[in-house]
Amino acid sequence: MHLAYPAVLSALLFCTGVYGVLARRNAILVLMSVELMLNAVNLNLVAFDVWLSRTAEETLHSGQALTLFTIAIAAAEIGIGLAIVLAVYRNRGTSDIDKLRDTAEGHGSGTDGDAPAAEKAEATA
Amino acid sequence: MTYALATAVTAHPGPSGVPLAAAAHGFLSPTGVEIAFLLVGLLTFGAALVTVTTRQLVHAALWLVVALGGLAVEYLLLTAEFIAWVQVLIYVGSVVVLLLFGLMLTRAPIGRSPDADSGNRWAALAVAVAAAAALVWVVVDAFRTTWIDLDGPAAGSTEVTGASLFQHWVLPFEALSVLLLAALVGAIVLSRKARAEKSSPPVNSRASAGGSPVVPESRNHPSGGHRPTEQEGAR
Repeated sequence: MHLAYPAVLSALLFCTGVYGVLARRNAILVLMSVELMLNAVNLNLVAFDVWLSRTAEETLHSGQALTLFTIAIAAAEIGIGLAIVLAVYRNRGTSDIDKLRDTAEGHGSGTDGDAPAAEKAEATA
Repeated sequence: MTYALATAVTAHPGPSGVPLAAAAHGFLSPTGVEIAFLLVGLLTFGAALVTVTTRQLVHAALWLVVALGGLAVEYLLLTAEFIAWVQVLIYVGSVVVLLLFGLMLTRAPIGRSPDADSGNRWAALAVAVAAAAALVWVVVDAFRTTWIDLDGPAAGSTEVTGASLFQHWVLPFEALSVLLLAALVGAIVLSRKARAEKSSPPVNSRASAGGSPVVPESRNHPSGGHRPTEQEGAR
């Protein structure tokens, strides 16, 4: 098989995940996009491990071992991430990333109500 | 001029090794594995696109199942069967179910939600398309003459993976189990801490800020209604 096929698919999936992380507004949808990016990296690891295990005699199968570790860490990450999102939702009543602007620079308490309303109008338009 | 440029472009890949590889592998006659990989890859990419663009939040999780299952099929085509089944078990089995739980617990709207996408969608699209173009160009240019030999014994059968995992990667494996334990304890601590902090007055609550019209009133009600019982539970 041409090595460019899995590599190109992995690049496209990663960029899809990048778009989702940047463009989504719900925190759980952002977590889904992060999962897409992690899976793209996993596909790259598996493809290159299969390629290298054919060319080299002695191989540690490091790509597949690292893929398993990545999958386990992604499972841990999604558990912690959902716990954080649920805690934020309980405290704030929303899981909307654009409204969680407490640590953002350059806005006082006066513009706090205006900016999300403007963004909402922009999104509905 | 343009004709000369076009001939230069088309003639350029000639001397750089493609005919040799084509003689060995058949560049214009893809094998069945390649065709299957391409079709499943298109399905996976399409499902991923729908996942990040749909406005129905539950549908996004369900399309994510299609994308992750397609990736499992790609692992099978790459002869990494153990990883494929781990992918099915962990991603399709537990991660998506966790995401669906999260969507339900945060009262995600069923049906089309108009504000699923942020206002900076076009900037995100520009960044993603630029990154995709750059990555695909670099990857295709780098691995144009590289082929994976899929014949012979499977590179990722359970025996091979288990042997390499428990011969060479035992210490990271054990460290990973400690990390999973830490994540488990951390998730429990996070969810309990959020409940205990409810008894103290909310420091930065949206309900007391000026921007409360942004938050729908129905979303604030459950947290307010649960407060007395949760106070009793915390003490």
